[in-house]
Amino acid sequence: MHVHTLSAATPAVRFAGVTRHFGAVRAVDGVDLAIAPGEFFAMLGPSGSGKTTCLRLIAGFEQPDAGHIEIFGEAVEGLPPYRRPVNTVFQDYALFPHLSVGDNVAYGLKVRGIGRAERDRLAREALALVKLSGMEARRPAQLSGGQRQRVALARALVVRPKVLLLDEPLGALDLKLREEMQSELKSLQRALGLSFVFVTHDQSEALSMADRVAVFNEGRIVQVGPPEDVYERPATRFVAGFVGSANVLGAAQAAALGGEEVPSSLRPEKIILLGHGLAEPAEAARLEARVVEVSYQGAVRRVALLTPAGLSLTALVPASAPGAMVGGTVQLAIPRGALQPMEGER
Amino acid sequence: MSLATFDLPAPRDGALRRLSDRLVRRARLLTLVLLVPPLLWLGLIYLGSLFVFLGQSIFSIDEFSGTIVREPTITTLLELFRPANYDIVLRTVGISAVVTVLCVVIAFPVAYYAARYAGPRAKAAFYLAVMMPLWSSYLVKVYGWKLLLAKEGAIGWFAGRLGLGGALEAWLALPVVGGPSLSVSYTGMVLVFTYLWLPFMILPVQAALERVPKSLIEAAGDLGASPATLFRTVILPLAMPGVVAGAIFTFSLTLGDYIVPQIIGTSALVLGQAVYMQQGTAGNIPLAAAFSLVPILVMALFLTLAKRTGAFDAL
Amino acid sequence: MTRASLPLRIAAVGGLAFLHIPLLFILLYAFTTEEKSYAFPPPGFTLKWFGVVWGRADIWAAVGLSLKVATIATVLALVLGTLAAGALARTRFFGREPISLLFVLPIALPGIVTGIALRQAFGLMEIPFSFWTIVLGHATFCIVVVYNNAVARLRRLSPSLIEASMDLGADAFQTFRLIVLPNIGTALLAGGMLAFALSFDEVIVTTFTAGQQSTLPIWMLSELIRPRQRPVTNVVAVLIIIVTFLPILAAYYLTREGEAVAGSGK
Repeated sequence: MHVHTLSAATPAVRFAGVTRHFGAVRAVDGVDLAIAPGEFFAMLGPSGSGKTTCLRLIAGFEQPDAGHIEIFGEAVEGLPPYRRPVNTVFQDYALFPHLSVGDNVAYGLKVRGIGRAERDRLAREALALVKLSGMEARRPAQLSGGQRQRVALARALVVRPKVLLLDEPLGALDLKLREEMQSELKSLQRALGLSFVFVTHDQSEALSMADRVAVFNEGRIVQVGPPEDVYERPATRFVAGFVGSANVLGAAQAAALGGEEVPSSLRPEKIILLGHGLAEPAEAARLEARVVEVSYQGAVRRVALLTPAGLSLTALVPASAPGAMVGGTVQLAIPRGALQPMEGER
Repeated sequence: MSLATFDLPAPRDGALRRLSDRLVRRARLLTLVLLVPPLLWLGLIYLGSLFVFLGQSIFSIDEFSGTIVREPTITTLLELFRPANYDIVLRTVGISAVVTVLCVVIAFPVAYYAARYAGPRAKAAFYLAVMMPLWSSYLVKVYGWKLLLAKEGAIGWFAGRLGLGGALEAWLALPVVGGPSLSVSYTGMVLVFTYLWLPFMILPVQAALERVPKSLIEAAGDLGASPATLFRTVILPLAMPGVVAGAIFTFSLTLGDYIVPQIIGTSALVLGQAVYMQQGTAGNIPLAAAFSLVPILVMALFLTLAKRTGAFDAL
Repeated sequence: MTRASLPLRIAAVGGLAFLHIPLLFILLYAFTTEEKSYAFPPPGFTLKWFGVVWGRADIWAAVGLSLKVATIATVLALVLGTLAAGALARTRFFGREPISLLFVLPIALPGIVTGIALRQAFGLMEIPFSFWTIVLGHATFCIVVVYNNAVARLRRLSPSLIEASMDLGADAFQTFRLIVLPNIGTALLAGGMLAFALSFDEVIVTTFTAGQQSTLPIWMLSELIRPRQRPVTNVVAVLIIIVTFLPILAAYYLTREGEAVAGSGK
């Protein structure tokens, strides 16, 4: 866990009470956050939740209406984008159409007054890093989506940012390419030891890549933590519903199933359907339920259940397990600890 | 997989870069800085001189000394309603209306064909074929018509060869539209205006027709509409914004022109000529200003009506 | 696709022919031997009048003046029109609509109104009529052509390109020079060519803002009102067609190519 060993005293990016309105809309509403150096940080949320505006506030394309932003301990309010030690990979890549791939990558070096030979060498090095050696002379229009994305990455990395910002960088790629780029981005980030701040609306992307995830809703951060924490212990109904799917139980319902008397979440895959030779966990609440619907989803089956007390639950069971019959009655076990009280709903 | 780590040299921090800091921080300031030079000319000098000129329509002229009396009065504006002057206004508006109607009639088939039947290559050729005359020299085009319309010119010769000489004579013998020859008649004047402004009608009508979905026309056909019904109930209403947009051009351009009537036309004046005469030989700037208000007001009225039809989207 | 009906095809072709036939006649008359009238058909053909025009100092002086005026008016219009486009292409603020209307006003109003208004303004400011008053008059209505072309291209330019440039360390001026200008260059060139053609051909505003100078259209107009040298005018008319034809054709291909390039990024 190198994240904690790096100087935690000065965060790579720090927000204190940052607010940004557009007219009457509070796009970002009092956000506090600290991103550690070398951390892969994901900002996750639905569109309009304020995550992209936060990224633009770090880059300097937006200025906060209130609050304070620091990058490596230096206040950056009022600094234009070109005076900030951060670089961005844009959602549409924003490659310069009139420049070759090589000149695109060398652009940041050119405006810093670095000579032709030196910047060509550095651009080649950066293109090699993203596995695009030999593409220098091409035009952006001649590249595939995945290649453009790599050029955008090389162009941002070649100027040695202290923080790399990525705005939905995988959104425009097809599924296979996206999975490939996910692991590549992750290993690139480890190798360079840079802070990556990554905006996405795709929860699986955030969970699989990030060291920590901040979940945004309506301009605020509703929960921040390592992916396991956010997934296992969602703090609010919103997080429980947005990050994966969850059964949300009221305080009384949670207490009835052996949990605390606090609104709680219950992940569908934690519910065990008994019988068929499955071992019952040692400490678990047991109850009976009627099977309302079963849908086959490849690796798992999704089973909609209704308890006699009128509680609707969804369970995910291995597809290889013998199927529950619609209309039949099953015995459920809910292991102790599967019910997670939602701290934000106390 | 790594990049050599080192610090890049900081960019040179000159006066320009500091100026850029201010402009980037305050986008409003940038907009203002960009707007100042064009606004100084167009907003201050140009608009100012327009107001000064048109404002003089509330002054009058001393009939004996010929000097401008700088006291607000409506007598000059009322002079527009004297029969001789009022005739000029009506005549000009009438000519503009006829020219506009002729432009619609000639432009519609061209635009319709280009929008519905022409392939991409033919469409490009159509576009060029309309753009070239549009951008050709105005005076040269007028000159071309002077050649054609002259008594000894090509139209007369062709009419004679085709046995239509008598018909041409008969047409010229008609009151109002006729005259000693085509080049000194309303017929000639309207023909030249129609020719000059036709491209301004074709382009917006075509743009409007391009936006009529093919499925809509096919649907109407499936429902058993005859071609005439289809045209009247589907195509024409949808093309209307384009027609109105084109009419803005054809109408206003005819309304303000004074060169064509001077070269090809009768001795009866149109608005532009009246303005020209009043500011020139007559030296009556207040009346010239009052006459100038007419096309501006007519167009303002026209534009207000046009806005309701959505014509501005077709421009 | 169904084929057009015969009457429609005839009407469409007829409409286009109507647009081009007068221009063909001008071409024909440049070679006529007839000197005193516009007689058709021409009694004979000759190249003599091209030679006569070639030797006419007054015509060359008018051509020279028109070229000079058009060049400087175009440069002015390019600067002012580009600034205006940069300010208005992507911004929203109170007063934006009236300002964009103001840029269109000089071509929306009858030329004679613009001409007299400017003439009076020059008179009031005691600016003597000269080469420069002609240039200022022309720049006034050329701005809108450049403005329209530049605004259209700027709106197609992805705003993230400008952000990317600043993100990579370029300040506003570097971004303009290295990113914006190359991407709107062809649109500006096209706008400039159209402005040039417009200025080269302008006669109405010029009538009021010129002193004793004679631009080519002014020379042409006096010949139209009182024909004295018909064969020479015939040849000059052809020359004007050629001089305006080329920049317009170039502008057309420039904007078309620009669209193709901008579209291929999508």
